[in-house]
Amino acid sequence: MRKVKLSSIALAVAAPLAAAIVSIIISSVAVLASHKSPMDAYKTMWEFGSASAQLMQVFNTATPYYIAALAIAITFRAGLFNIGVEGQLRLGAIFAAYFGAMFTLPPVLHILVIMIIAMTIGGLWASIAGYLKVKRGVSEVISTIMLNALAGGLSSYLLANYFVDRSTNSNNMSTKALPASGQFPNLMPLLNKIGVKNQPGGGVYGMLLVAMVLGVIFWFVVNRTRFGFELRATGSNPIAARVSGVNSKRMTFVALALSGAVAGLAGLPAVLGDTHAFNMGFRTGIGFSAIAVALLGRNNAVGMAISALLFGFLEVSSRALELIDIAPETYVIMQGSILLSSVIAYEIVRRYKLTLQSKELAKVVNA
Amino acid sequence: MKTKAMRVLRYVAILVFILSVIRLITGASDLTSIGTASAALLLSVPIAMAGLGGMFSERAGVVNIGLEGMMIMGAWAGGMIGSKHGPWLGLLAAIFFGATGALLHAVATITFGVDHVVSGVAINIIAAGLVRYLSTIFYKSGAWLGPSQSPDVTSIGSNSFPILSGGNFFGWKSPDLLASIANKHWFFISDTASILRGLTGDLSYVTLIAIILIPLSVFIIWKTPFGLRLRSAGEAPIAAESLGVNVYSMKYVGVLISGALAGLGGGFLAIVAANHYQENQVAGRGFIGLAALIFGNYRPGGILLGAGLFGFADALQLRDSASIHALILLVVTILIFLIYRDIRKAKFIKAGLTFIFAVLSLWYFLAVDQLPGQLVTMTPYITTLLVMSLASQRLRLPAADGVPYRRGGMR
Repeated sequence: MRKVKLSSIALAVAAPLAAAIVSIIISSVAVLASHKSPMDAYKTMWEFGSASAQLMQVFNTATPYYIAALAIAITFRAGLFNIGVEGQLRLGAIFAAYFGAMFTLPPVLHILVIMIIAMTIGGLWASIAGYLKVKRGVSEVISTIMLNALAGGLSSYLLANYFVDRSTNSNNMSTKALPASGQFPNLMPLLNKIGVKNQPGGGVYGMLLVAMVLGVIFWFVVNRTRFGFELRATGSNPIAARVSGVNSKRMTFVALALSGAVAGLAGLPAVLGDTHAFNMGFRTGIGFSAIAVALLGRNNAVGMAISALLFGFLEVSSRALELIDIAPETYVIMQGSILLSSVIAYEIVRRYKLTLQSKELAKVVNA
Repeated sequence: MKTKAMRVLRYVAILVFILSVIRLITGASDLTSIGTASAALLLSVPIAMAGLGGMFSERAGVVNIGLEGMMIMGAWAGGMIGSKHGPWLGLLAAIFFGATGALLHAVATITFGVDHVVSGVAINIIAAGLVRYLSTIFYKSGAWLGPSQSPDVTSIGSNSFPILSGGNFFGWKSPDLLASIANKHWFFISDTASILRGLTGDLSYVTLIAIILIPLSVFIIWKTPFGLRLRSAGEAPIAAESLGVNVYSMKYVGVLISGALAGLGGGFLAIVAANHYQENQVAGRGFIGLAALIFGNYRPGGILLGAGLFGFADALQLRDSASIHALILLVVTILIFLIYRDIRKAKFIKAGLTFIFAVLSLWYFLAVDQLPGQLVTMTPYITTLLVMSLASQRLRLPAADGVPYRRGGMR
């Protein structure tokens, strides 16, 4: 028994380790291709990225990734795939920023209302895909991709024609700024208490706390509630789930809507903590990177947190590569190779485990 | 088979007739102009190639979301090699790069059994990042104009159908029959002629190759032993294996063909539709190709129809946004048809809802002179969603599509 346990730990470590080695090799080849030394590149990235000013940036980059990855993981667990997080978070952010600036409420309440608006919009937008899937049999992969494109067009249309704040004469179209009660304070005061000094370039988004809470809720709901069980049952064996009384159509719809609601929050860290409005510079691509984060983290609350931080770190620290004349886009290659080699490595380990199990079984049966 | 072709032809004729009526009412002359038809063809080809590629892969049982990434690789290679060594080599490079992306997908999904959608998404992310990285390197070495744009590619050459659409053949200048009819402004007849003129005039040689590939695919998939084996790998891999078909190699070939075709579509974008590679040139066309594939029920003819539809919506949106405004009338016409169908089936509530939607559309058509640009760009995607929601219940995908296959039945 003991031996099996040891080897299973070794197997659990083997996959990420192998993936890391393969992706380091691929990234090194990419850097070598531009006639530069990979060692210099990694050293520069590490020195730059591990400085505390950059570490804060890493957390700020990782926060939306993590929330969006949670949203995607909800659908993955139900055997679905919400590629539409990008559109859902974009629409959630623009509606939340616009309506949130229209009123003032007591500080905490105001932020809560803004979050509810973002969740409602994101959830409604994802429900379109849910409806089409359940009622019309349209694959959610295709419909959410189309809805992404629609959300992009719709948000720029709304911003340019209705939501733009005409009182400021700026080239960067923007919604009206949120009142102070709707701005999420950053975590600097808290960090100062544990001895972190203020750094140039702002602090850590307060939404980090929300992301952490969401992670805990995700873990609890998926693993410890009846709803979570039915969700996973629908995902792992839809027929068995239906036979045992799970309304799988309802679960499909709810999973997509819930995923959209969480995705709606993923656009808020920058809006509430930094720009305090939705403008044309709103970051694109969060929803797509988050797919990679969710896959890398194996749809597991802790795993996704680690991979969100890893992605954030690569993104922030690669900016230093410009200094030694390497294209900072190297980080995309690193992220991509980590992603592909890790999904392959996990699959190999899973197959190896199956072979081991059947061997064990054969031993028992033959004995 | 013949009656089916006649039916499609009849539908197309009805559609052209409705378009002519709408053109007459609204005066949106671009709706059936030569320019729109030829732009629609130009924009349909990459989508059709992506869809056709997806067909080879999914008929072999491998879902290919990575088409977008393979198109991106193709477009980049087309611009990179094409600007240096001429358009034809650029096109070959595009095909090769697309197939390289597909090889990655094949290794991950077939050899290692990774979930098909997961691997496809990973390839999309990697392809976009890789070409951005490579472009920056080329820009830094001074060969490129910008970090997101390749130098120009020389034109690949084009010609027209003799007699029908003019053109030069060995010094002989052919008459341009269709264009002269199109200029007569006869209702419906001139509309049909100008659409045909757009589809047969000034065709790039690559467009011709792409068009030939469609009947060729029909032949390969349904009339050759290879096609039968490919389909058997996607319908019942275990049964196929027991009859001596090498399912792994069938799947590999299917995925590689799909990458090659997607790469061709990407290269077409860079070399023919534009004359250089530009970042975001593919802009979701791989996904629309996938939608065309599903809409076309995994058949070449249906894919062509779907690609044509999206190409048409895209062309109108690029050329003349006033025509998109006129298209609202087409939507109203379709809705009225749906209401008629629902009433005949005694679905009165649904008919009522559709009626409200039709009235709203009509009101919007009358109230607004021109649609804002941001909404116009959404047309192809809305079309996709609407068409899919109307058609997807009659679709049948290959039985083992997306199921990881492992020899010996072990999962």
